[in-house]
Amino acid sequence: MHFIETTSTGFFYLAPWLVFAPVVGLLINLIFGKRLSENAIGAVASLASGVAFIVSVLLAYSVSANQGEMVSVPFAEWIHIGALKLDWTFRVDSLSATMMLVVSGVGTLIHVYAIGYMREDVHFKHEEGRFGRFFVFLNLFIAAMMILVSGDSYMMLFVGWEGVGLCSFLLIGFWYEMDTLARPSWANSDAAKKAFITNRVGDFGFLIAGFLMFWNLGSFQFDEAFKAAPAVASSAPWVIVAITLFMLIGVAGKSAQIPLYIWLPDAMAGPTPVSALIHAATMVTAGVYLITRSAPLYTLVPQAQYIVALTGAVTALFAATIAVGQYDIKKVLAYSTISQLGFMVAAVGMGAYVGGMFHLITHAFFKALLFLSAGSVILGLERGHHHAAHGSHDSHAKGLSLSDLLARNNAPAALGKWVGAPAGSEHGHGHDAHGEVFDPGDMRNMGGMRKTMPVTFWLYIIGTLALAGIVPFAGFWSKDEILLDANLHYSSVYWLLTVAAFLTAFYMGRQIWMVFFGEARTDAAAHAEESPKVMTVPLMVLAVLSALGGALNLPFEGFHNLGHWLGHTLGEVEALPLNLTVAGVSTVLALAAIFISWLIYGRNPLKSGQLDPLKKPLGFIFTGMENKWFIDEIYQTIIINPFTVLSQYFADAVDWQFWHDFMHDTVIVGAYNWFSESALNSYADQKGIDAFANWLGAATQSLSASMRQIQNGFVRSYALSVMLGVVAILGYLIFK
Amino acid sequence: MTSDLIVFLVLSLVAVASALGMLFSRNAVYSALFLVLNFVTVAVFYILLGAPFIAMTQITVYAGAIMVLFLFVIMLLGAESLPPSEGLPWQKPLAILLAIILAAESVYLIFTRARSNAVVSMPEIATNSMDNLREMSAMLFNQYLLPFEVASVLLLVAMVGAIVLSKHEKVAKG
Amino acid sequence: MVPVDYYIVLSAILFAVGALGVLIRRNPLIMFMSIELMLNAGNLAFVAFASVYKSFSGQIFVFFVIAVAAAEVAVGLALIVEIFKSKKSINIDEMNSLKG
Repeated sequence: MHFIETTSTGFFYLAPWLVFAPVVGLLINLIFGKRLSENAIGAVASLASGVAFIVSVLLAYSVSANQGEMVSVPFAEWIHIGALKLDWTFRVDSLSATMMLVVSGVGTLIHVYAIGYMREDVHFKHEEGRFGRFFVFLNLFIAAMMILVSGDSYMMLFVGWEGVGLCSFLLIGFWYEMDTLARPSWANSDAAKKAFITNRVGDFGFLIAGFLMFWNLGSFQFDEAFKAAPAVASSAPWVIVAITLFMLIGVAGKSAQIPLYIWLPDAMAGPTPVSALIHAATMVTAGVYLITRSAPLYTLVPQAQYIVALTGAVTALFAATIAVGQYDIKKVLAYSTISQLGFMVAAVGMGAYVGGMFHLITHAFFKALLFLSAGSVILGLERGHHHAAHGSHDSHAKGLSLSDLLARNNAPAALGKWVGAPAGSEHGHGHDAHGEVFDPGDMRNMGGMRKTMPVTFWLYIIGTLALAGIVPFAGFWSKDEILLDANLHYSSVYWLLTVAAFLTAFYMGRQIWMVFFGEARTDAAAHAEESPKVMTVPLMVLAVLSALGGALNLPFEGFHNLGHWLGHTLGEVEALPLNLTVAGVSTVLALAAIFISWLIYGRNPLKSGQLDPLKKPLGFIFTGMENKWFIDEIYQTIIINPFTVLSQYFADAVDWQFWHDFMHDTVIVGAYNWFSESALNSYADQKGIDAFANWLGAATQSLSASMRQIQNGFVRSYALSVMLGVVAILGYLIFK
Repeated sequence: MTSDLIVFLVLSLVAVASALGMLFSRNAVYSALFLVLNFVTVAVFYILLGAPFIAMTQITVYAGAIMVLFLFVIMLLGAESLPPSEGLPWQKPLAILLAIILAAESVYLIFTRARSNAVVSMPEIATNSMDNLREMSAMLFNQYLLPFEVASVLLLVAMVGAIVLSKHEKVAKG
Repeated sequence: MVPVDYYIVLSAILFAVGALGVLIRRNPLIMFMSIELMLNAGNLAFVAFASVYKSFSGQIFVFFVIAVAAAEVAVGLALIVEIFKSKKSINIDEMNSLKG
């Protein structure tokens, strides 16, 4: 990189490889994907992500060697128009280095896991050709996320913001022609669209904030904007409030806060590695990163900070209640993610940037672990399902693609059947005794998995304990720091978060008892198989990180490593010591929650077909939790239906009837036709030009008719004319 | 009034009269004979102008051969006068008028614009000698050799043409 | 001592008569003879000038004119005979098939 100029020592010149290593990986897989084996594709993609991770490590080392000083690595000029100067500059400081490490580290582990997962998934769905496409998208995502976290201005961040939004769309809709149970349907595409459109609403907020920033603070670049902010804050504080609150809308879209969280549960339609990487560990944390980066702006406006914190806290509690009533293993984790993101947003809202970032990191570890383990469970169930349906593994119909089978089946018959073979085939692919589709993600189909999938079981336990916040796992330390800060500054936020923490432990306990304990409720669960090493080894790495990650920022003197590290970027950070009351209350509540969940779910394990034990006691509350408080339905009625009606009106009445039929057909076309017919045709053409042309012809004819009489055939008259000429000439000579 | 002038006037009167006779006679044979008279008169004029060879040529070729040919054809085709003309009643008066105007214009032009002082004298004895003839033939065959040869080719062509025209007709009949 | 102008005037008059003959007469033979008269008139003028300017060129030219006239008469009469054979009449007004 000889054209990267930087005066600092270290590996800063490697910064562009953060983006371009994944780009190279995706190009290789895109161009040569058809000719490479599945292992090769996966290796290339994982290597590309691994290179990005190594570069992140080197950059982090360089930052620390540089005493935490920020280094910007200019890369390219982008837009230079008038006062607007946007450049592509890589900003390497402690905050962005942290994000880079998390994204590329967890990302690489998930790439490796995905090799094993996708191999089985495309096999179950008979779409082996699509394997390469997944890794292309995954690398694209890493590249876009790197652009997001390494950007030096809000607009570069936005480029990455949009990029990850696109990758989210592409990956959620990876199986675009089916629903989660592989029936032909548009459900997955709808989920992808929902994610993209909801993100768009958030992006609108981000852009408004950006425009306000440019007009009032004069620049998109971080340092310049932050330098100009205090002056504007004293003269017109509402500007900064507006900027921060519009940015909050963007955060609500990307990080799934109220009211724009609705896309994240539907995004579980994507393959599990996608859910782990994008919707747990990295993309959704972009909002938290944004607020942390904008800390100088938020600290100027405490009113906005309170709104942010409250939004996060309410979201945390709201999502936790929904998680209690969910039956799908991934949906529980999805709402858990929303809830934990609420924790992070509340933290950064309160000004506890270190706490928020700490929880971001630990959450990335244990949520990725949980999601990937859930994926392992789901695949295990599918394997068991295939074993239960027919004896040998190899009696699958091989090589048939989804489209072949869709073509073979008539639509009504195919609905409700597993897409594998038409009815009457000897391999009752995926049929259980009732002829309905088998849902391997439904916790009611699981049970007793700790005997059939022990490795996954222990990994899941570690993840759960970390999430629930049991000491000494990582989640305890990070959550505790947030609760500590809330307790000191914002008591309402503290109470909301504490109740949310209680519910977190409860629903995770419920999940453990339902999935891993008791007796297997279906044949598939009884015959489930453990996942291969390529899947379980990354999980083990994540489990270790979940267990020991707390060491990043222990609330003891001298151990505030992360705080010290981030303090280089954020300025003064509050380093809170351990408050035993807060810590004790939260631990007791978590343990109590797990105990209560054992009482309800663990002591009398659920039998197959039995209703959830909470249904009767809680009645309509449980119905609300089960149906996510009908938020989607409310949005549909209040927003989407009127919008459809409005757009239909615009399309029909305004566009079609008025513009097309009236303006275009009648007015413009009619006027043109009148003009061309009456004006031009009748007057100009027929009366004018035609008349002239015809007159020319007629005149020539009459002239020739009269001149023709000279040629009367009589030689004498010809001779006479000669004589006449001679006489005339002589006469002229006489009179000359 | 010298004798030259008187001779000239008499002869010119004969010439013009014979011309007019040729013009107005109803019988084509009479017209041909009047024309012969005219040619002879003109031959006499040639002699008066000191061109004996040309005079003889005129009588031999023109009056002797060409007019005889004319007479042959007249007798072949019939010498009756034609019925009065059907079309172009205006043509005859106008033609006469124009001819008179032409003559008048020419005379006027000659006597006013193209006046010359030259005088034609009576030919000397010497002009009728062989020396003149020899000189003229020398000029004919030296300076005017090409036109001479071309004229001979022209006569050949005319002969061939006449034969072709008559032969063609015989084939069609046969 | 006749002035040459008189000869020229005579030639002009003969020429006018010949032209008149071409215009008035409807017998093609008479018309042809009138043409010969016109040629003759021209010959007269040539010889008159040849005698006045003492040059033989005029006479030689007359010689050629006579030769050409002979050729012309031969072909012309052959044509007239042909036309008579097809039209059975020598009225020149009946030969008007080239009218427009």
